[in-house]
This record gives sequence, C-alpha cells and structure tokens, in this order.
Amino acid sequence: MLPATYLDVESIRSDFPILTRQVNGNPLTYLDNAATSQKPTQVIQSLVDYYERYNSNVHRGVHTLSIEATEAYEDARGKVQRFINAPSSESIIWTRNTSESLNLVAYTWAEANVAVGDEIVTTAMEHHSDIVPWQQLAMRKGATLKIIPETENGRLDMEQAAELITERTKIVATTHMSNVLGTVVDVKALADAAHAVGAVILVDGAQSVPHMPVDVQALDCDFMAFSAHKMLGPTGIGVLYGRPEILEVMPPWMFGGDMILQVSYEDASWNDLPYRFEAGTPNIADAIATGAAVDYLEVIGMDNVWAHEQKITGYALGRFAELEGINLLGPQEIENKGAVLSFSHDSLHSHDLGTALDQLGIAIRTGHHCAMPLIRSHGIVSAARASFYIYNTEGEVDVLIDGLKEAERYFSKAGIA
Amino acid sequence: MQQGLGDLDELYQEVLLDHYRNPRNTELLDDPTSEVDAINPFCGDEIHMQLGLYGDTVASISVTGQGCSISQAAGSLLTEIVDGRTTTEARELRELFREMMTGEEVSEEVADRLEDSLALQGVRRFPVRIKCALLSWSALIDALDKVAPAKP
Repeated sequence: MLPATYLDVESIRSDFPILTRQVNGNPLTYLDNAATSQKPTQVIQSLVDYYERYNSNVHRGVHTLSIEATEAYEDARGKVQRFINAPSSESIIWTRNTSESLNLVAYTWAEANVAVGDEIVTTAMEHHSDIVPWQQLAMRKGATLKIIPETENGRLDMEQAAELITERTKIVATTHMSNVLGTVVDVKALADAAHAVGAVILVDGAQSVPHMPVDVQALDCDFMAFSAHKMLGPTGIGVLYGRPEILEVMPPWMFGGDMILQVSYEDASWNDLPYRFEAGTPNIADAIATGAAVDYLEVIGMDNVWAHEQKITGYALGRFAELEGINLLGPQEIENKGAVLSFSHDSLHSHDLGTALDQLGIAIRTGHHCAMPLIRSHGIVSAARASFYIYNTEGEVDVLIDGLKEAERYFSKAGIA
Repeated sequence: MQQGLGDLDELYQEVLLDHYRNPRNTELLDDPTSEVDAINPFCGDEIHMQLGLYGDTVASISVTGQGCSISQAAGSLLTEIVDGRTTTEARELRELFREMMTGEEVSEEVADRLEDSLALQGVRRFPVRIKCALLSWSALIDALDKVAPAKP
C-alpha cells in the first residue's frame, strides 16, 4: 500500500471530466461531496457500455443479452458485498438510495418488531432520513423515540447512550459519520450496547462507506444503508445490507415481479434473498455502474482515501483558524472526523456566502443540510459546508479560504458583514 | 482572466442592503387580523407576517424572520409598498413582483408601482435566489387568503 502522500491526485483528477469545467469564469472548485460526488470516466463508460452493448432485462430471459446483463448486475452486487465485507451477496439489497434503505427497515423489520411501549434510540446528529421514519413509526406504534445527545466538542455522548439504550429498546438507528459535523461514531460500541439488550442496530453509512474502510462484520451491525452517488456512482441507486439471519425472516414490503416464488389468483409465496426485497425490474444500469465505482475505489484503496481526506481536513482546519467571524461546527481535531467542515458566519447567512463563492467557481452546500434539529441545536438556522473527496487538493482549500476572505471583504464593504 | 465578485453588485443593491441592515415594520401588531409563518423548506428561510386590516385596507403590517439577506430585505421592502393598500391592490402588487422576478422587461408603470422593491430586479440573474425574494410575497397571499379571499 502506498503512503497516502503518494495518492496521485492529478492522475485521479484526469479521470473526472467535470473537473475541467469553468463556473462563472473560474475553474470549478467542487467542495460539495457530502451531497454528491463527481463521477469518473470509468463509471460513466460502464453506463454507456450497458446501454450500447448488452441492455436487457435481468433474471428473465435465456437469450445472450439477458444473461450478460444478469451476470453484470449480480457481479456488481458481489463487488459491493466484498467492499463492505458482508458475509454473503444475498445480504446486499439494491434500493434507490440511503433513504429508501432506511425506510425499508422501518416498514419491514421495525413494523413487525416494534410495539406499544417499546423504544427506538437514535442520535442528535442524524439526517432527516434517519429521524422522520422513526418518528412516524413511533407514532404508528405508540413507541418512544429517544435521542443520544451531542457533546460540547461535537462527539456523540456515549455515556448518555449507555443510559438511553435499555431493555425496552428495540432498534438503535445511528449515523456512522455525521453529514454536518463529520463526526465518526463508534458504531461497534453502540452495536454492543444494542445487542446486550436484544436490540438491533441500523447504521446510516451514507457518509462513511464512500470515505473510509467499512467492514459490517467487524462493526457487528445488523443493517447498513448507503447510496452509490456519494461514492463516485450514479444517482438513483442505493444499498441496504442486512444480517442474513434477520433478512431471512423479515417480511417483504413491495410486491411484484422478481420478488415472488409462486403466484396463484389467491396467494403468493416469496422468492429467496435478496430478490424478495427487489420487486420489479431493478435499476440494472446503475447497479452495474456502482460496481464500476467500487472497482475505482478499490484500486485506490479505502485506507488511502481516508488518509488523503484526513490530510486535507487537517490542512483545512488549520487554514480555517485564520478566518475571523467564522465558527466551525463539530470536532476541531481530525481524529475520527471525516472530510466535512460546516461553518456559520457571525452575521452573514450561508446563502449569501454560497452565492459569493459560486461567483468564484466554488461549490459548497448551504442551508440546513437535511438536519434541522442538529443545526437548530447549535443556535443557528443555516450553515455552509465544504466537504472533500479523493480529487480535492490542498490548493483547493486555499481557493476556498481566499474566497471566504474575498466574500468577507465584499460584504463588509456592503455593510452587512 | 479570472472573475471576481463584481457581478454581485447587481444582486446586492444599496436599497436591499439598507433594508437588510435596518428592516422596517418589524414591530409585532397587538391585534393582527391575520398572521402566517412561511418557510422555504430548501434553505430554512423564515418569514413571520402579520396583517392588520381596516375594512378592505391593509392598515398595518409586520414582517419578522430569519434567513438570507434577499429573503429578509424583500420582506421589509414588501411592507413599505403594501402598507395602506387595499387587499386587491396588494394582490396585484404580488403579481407584478412575480412577473418582474420571472419575466423579461419591467415597464415604467410597473417600476413606479413596485417602488423600492424594484431593487430586487437583480435577483433574476441568480435564479436559485428568486425563491428567497418571493417568500414574503407568498406569505402575504396566505395571510390575505385567511381573512380576505381573492374576489372572483
């Protein structure tokens, strides 16, 4: 394995056609990777190859194209399985995105296993998609939703977690990495606490799987949800990993083709895993392209991805310290912090900052980041967020810092900063 | 030649900046005829609007909230042109404002009627911010609908 400092960012950048774009007369500086990543030629080409050479439905025909499409589709599932070290390819279910994966668990496992008086435990740093399904479930079932709080330094309060996870807890739903704070949660500790009381643990891996080595067996999680589009893959496809013993007895939630074994006019029986949870013609092209994205990341190595992002994050934290009027959210040290820097300005709204940076070709996220309760708990209504990936450089951090200084000068002259 | 922030001047005109720094008509009404909260779910901008109607006339109006400069300044500017108008005139102004934000040219007559809100014309060049400028105007319609539905 090459040391991270030798990660060849220039060569990586040449694989991403979009990075040569100009935006408002400036070279694009893409720092919105926590929202979605850019796609390398290899991923784009895999979509073209499928549609140009072997487009066909899967699991149905005996003709050559269908056989090729089925092989590529299942091959991609195998790549994802190995990528997160899942015990079997049957434990990998294709969905539309992380949100659908989380909802799938809420509507199947949780619908069948959570009853009145039970407790669902989640954290203060969840994305809306890992809060609202549990709120709705709690309302449907008469269950209680409990929230593990954030500590003052942006970590998850593990002492509180130990108190909140009790004999009444049925499911612990936690992010692996906060999309706002970058905080990496000790999932294994929460898994141990959940299992000790007979609960299951569901992990939102949308921000972790693209950026660090993730081993679902080492983490001992029961479910892991993530999206392809944040890890170089296409939009419209996501993954739910489920522990095989649990998936085996979990009721289906969508009914139709591919998920059935036998159908009569009176009744039906269900296909084997994972097809039981994949009703209808699946997103074949994007599943195959997800396999291409995994291939791309495997060549670089997830240890190297993480090391590169740690280096950039450390550099960015140092440079942010130069800025006045800017308040960083979340951990200020790189240990167990992903490449996500959210910040607010003393007087400027994030949209005004974001519009100014866009003029300079810099793409950041602004607003509430689909985490309203977390943003509000920090006493603000919106934040700006820069998030990095394998193709970002320290030079781009400099562009961001210079851009923020220029925006500060502009708005200060305008009398609103 | 790299581009700087010069183009922003069209967006952040002095009138808008002034209303953002010193928003007008922010005092809450004692006994509002109608009040609404409007939220832009994509960005979290918030507007709280209160109307005091005397007959069919907007006799008092209050706008408070939190959000970006465009959303908050637009709300303040709105209070200045809507105050003292009939509900029908207020609705007409909203239509004119919306046409300005989405249309092409603004006639001299429309420019006169929109008064200082004309300064928001520059927002058109930043399409993603148009919804910020329109938020308080949607709040106005919601507030009017509650008490004085549009005449057929």
